[in-house]
Amino acid sequence: MKLFKACLSAFFTLLLIWALQHKFGDVPPIGEFLNPVTGFWQNAESKNVDAKRDVKIEGLTGATTIRYDEHMVPHIFAANDHDLYFAQGYVTAQDRLFQLDIQTRSASGRLSEIVGPKALELDRYHRRMGMVFGAENTLRECMKDPKVKEMLEAYCAGVNAYIHNLPSKYYPIEFKLLDYAPEDYTPLDCALVLKLMSETLAGGSDDFQLTNTLKYFGSKVTNDLFPDHYFKDDPIIPSDTKWDFKPLAIPKPSKGFVDEMADTIKTKQKVEGIGSNNWVVAGSRSANGYPILANDPHLNLTFPSIWYQIQLAAPGVNVSGVSIPGTPAIIIGYNQKIAWGVTNVDADVLDWYQIRFKDLSKNEYWYNNKWVPDTRRIEEIKVLGQKPVFDTVIYTHIGPVVYASGNAKPKMSRANNVPVGHALRWIAHDPSIEFKTFYLLNRGANYADYREALKYYTAPAQNFIFASNDKDIALTPNGKFPLKYKDQGKFILDGSDTADAWHGFIPPEQNPTAKNPAQGFLSSANQESTDDQYPYYINWHFGSYTRAKRINDRLRNMHHATVDSMRVLQNDNYSILAQDVLPTMLAGIDPSKLNTYQKAMYGVISKWDRQYNANSIGASIFDQWWTSVYHAIWDDDFTVKKELNIQLKWPSTYRTVELLVTQANSKWYDDSRTSQIEDRAGIINRAFNAAIDSLTKHYGRVSEAWEWGAVKGSEISHLANIPGMGTGVFSAGGNSGIVNALSEGHGPSWRMIVQFGPEVKGYGIFPGGESGNPGSYHYDDLFKTWKDGQLNALLFLQSATDGAQHIKTTLTLSNK
Amino acid sequence: MLFFIILIASLIVSFVLPWWIVAIISFLAALWIAKGSANGFWSAFAAIFIVWVVQALFKSVPNDHILAIRVAHMLPLGGSWILLTLITGLIGGLVAGMAGLTGALFKKALAKPNPQSK
Repeated sequence: MKLFKACLSAFFTLLLIWALQHKFGDVPPIGEFLNPVTGFWQNAESKNVDAKRDVKIEGLTGATTIRYDEHMVPHIFAANDHDLYFAQGYVTAQDRLFQLDIQTRSASGRLSEIVGPKALELDRYHRRMGMVFGAENTLRECMKDPKVKEMLEAYCAGVNAYIHNLPSKYYPIEFKLLDYAPEDYTPLDCALVLKLMSETLAGGSDDFQLTNTLKYFGSKVTNDLFPDHYFKDDPIIPSDTKWDFKPLAIPKPSKGFVDEMADTIKTKQKVEGIGSNNWVVAGSRSANGYPILANDPHLNLTFPSIWYQIQLAAPGVNVSGVSIPGTPAIIIGYNQKIAWGVTNVDADVLDWYQIRFKDLSKNEYWYNNKWVPDTRRIEEIKVLGQKPVFDTVIYTHIGPVVYASGNAKPKMSRANNVPVGHALRWIAHDPSIEFKTFYLLNRGANYADYREALKYYTAPAQNFIFASNDKDIALTPNGKFPLKYKDQGKFILDGSDTADAWHGFIPPEQNPTAKNPAQGFLSSANQESTDDQYPYYINWHFGSYTRAKRINDRLRNMHHATVDSMRVLQNDNYSILAQDVLPTMLAGIDPSKLNTYQKAMYGVISKWDRQYNANSIGASIFDQWWTSVYHAIWDDDFTVKKELNIQLKWPSTYRTVELLVTQANSKWYDDSRTSQIEDRAGIINRAFNAAIDSLTKHYGRVSEAWEWGAVKGSEISHLANIPGMGTGVFSAGGNSGIVNALSEGHGPSWRMIVQFGPEVKGYGIFPGGESGNPGSYHYDDLFKTWKDGQLNALLFLQSATDGAQHIKTTLTLSNK
Repeated sequence: MLFFIILIASLIVSFVLPWWIVAIISFLAALWIAKGSANGFWSAFAAIFIVWVVQALFKSVPNDHILAIRVAHMLPLGGSWILLTLITGLIGGLVAGMAGLTGALFKKALAKPNPQSK
């Protein structure tokens, strides 16, 4: 009996230990996670930092010194390129190991390995979009270039040196939560990070929706509602720019395209507002007579940030700025001769081709008047707690057939844009060597070096802005642009017709570019690259002109510009949309029909200064009112037709502005679901009342709760959305379409200003901190400065012994 | 006595062996000198509760509890690092206590009958 009791007790003890050691669903192993000697407590970093640390590892050729400043930004001083990128990999892994792991896992479709079947469709999507296929093609090209090969291999060796010397008790907290271990980082992973950028910035497509719209409404309506030029525009390249090259012959439109436009087809989303700002003023407009360059890329804001600040110095290079964790070199930055920055071009580099298979086996497809065999790529997706899933993807000469049949297509928002049975032609699948662009820019000394560096860049295409200390300024929408007939790829293309294939590429030296224009400044904000004078077709639509217009209006009136005038412009909250459309909306209101409360609100919006400031109530009313107007016009015509099961492309913001401002009567104002005929005035009045009702319903009678910052409610979350690891909701000004482009969770991910002069000075800030560890003092120490619209002076060290008063700790890496 | 043996042994070995070593230590120590099942459970419980709380605070205090507060928001414990520390101690204590109890029970079961007490 006694023995039985003892055995029973032993059994329960073992059961308890097993339970605490086991992962149940998303709950981490509690004993592993909570125990103080190997669990999360070990990730709590002490505020006391040693002034000096020496680490002996294998793989370096000489001693490398890393000086950390007060924000724990590393400044690396190495004896050669190899040691430089090795150290960059090492320090990046030290601060951002989970980010390195999870982003390449996501890109390569390997999330299911660690989180189980719930990520299976996402993994399958990434595999089927050819992310790994594209990364392999890029890597092959990179390995042919000795400098790029050395850079990638050294970077990975540095990451791996850190991982191999990391005891499991110091694994980042996310590994402990998900209960897995970091694995070796490879050059393929570096290439996958680039593909991820292409997915974010050049992976959208509305060809499918627009083709549906074309079939549903016909070409007349489609061409009217989706014109190739916005109602208002302000192209990146100034209109007086001359094109002094002999362009290649422009391909002829295919027969299918001509037929579509002839309206013979019978009748079944890309996000507006993704973007960035950059600009540069020439010495003629600055206070000290030298150029000033500014850049703020807008991306999803997460902790840790997509950016990692760093300075890289070795013989032949000394450069400062931000890198993307997982790739070597600096992506946006400056040295003592030049500075550069980027915004997205949004070129049409992703097209869908309809494929006609011979039979159900889908082994052959029709191309150029004959049957051509396709190839298969088998993807093995490992799944936590289950057998691996094998997925076969059909590849044509065009690219992968992402979903070969209707039942293969999952119910997932990303998959909505993918037409079934169509092949994907995407620039991200092409061999490319973008790393070389950054390798050269990091070492660049003048305009010629900048032009040389840009030649090697493929995707995602960026507007590269440039300034140099010898007072040149330049701007180049740059990337590998397919040579197309006008509007080729606006709609779905015919995979069997050679006339619909991409016809080679625009020669890189013929990409649009401007240098030292008479106006004394250049800017880009994702708007149209050029006006009609440029001979080639890049895309039919770009971001709206609102941010560009505001930036150009301000720059045109700026003389004696300083770093602070640039900083104020980066934080500008003025709404060009309101400037363009609000007068029409206000004029449409009949005040006699408003009650006292509505009249008071009408008074508020009439007096609004069009600034999206955090404490502005006018901004909240306008935003809600505009949204209501937009939906009142288009909802009835463009809501997914259930019985037809089709998705349509919705008209853009500025097409809607054009309609409102120029037409008092139009069939689009009429709500086809009602018997009476609606007009513009009716829509504007009803939308105003609806907006006031909606705000009152959500936030009570007008009060501080109506202030724009509170209504918008911005928040920065952890990369893996772990609760408690983000900022929580905060109030801030700005919005998408505003220069200060902060929406809920998307916005200025890095603000940089570089002032040229006898000494080149950089200023910058990003929301977050250098460390990805939620237990670090440097996890979010830059957030408040960023939120307040301030910048930090960036520490640029001339040598390893420079600026000692700013140095908090020094890490020396040397060979074992 | 049992309390001090478990406390000191755990402090020494826990830096090199997995966390559940506290169960083995508590079991063996109780098997050796436990004065009954209650003594076995509570000595081990108290020793490991204290060891884990002290070890957790050793990391968390110089961190100003930044991480503990974030984890306490995640779990969710309303952001209370104190509650999180106590729960950590409780879990360690419970495992050790159960192991101590098991050790004590085995000690009783395996003990030779005492000839003087009939």
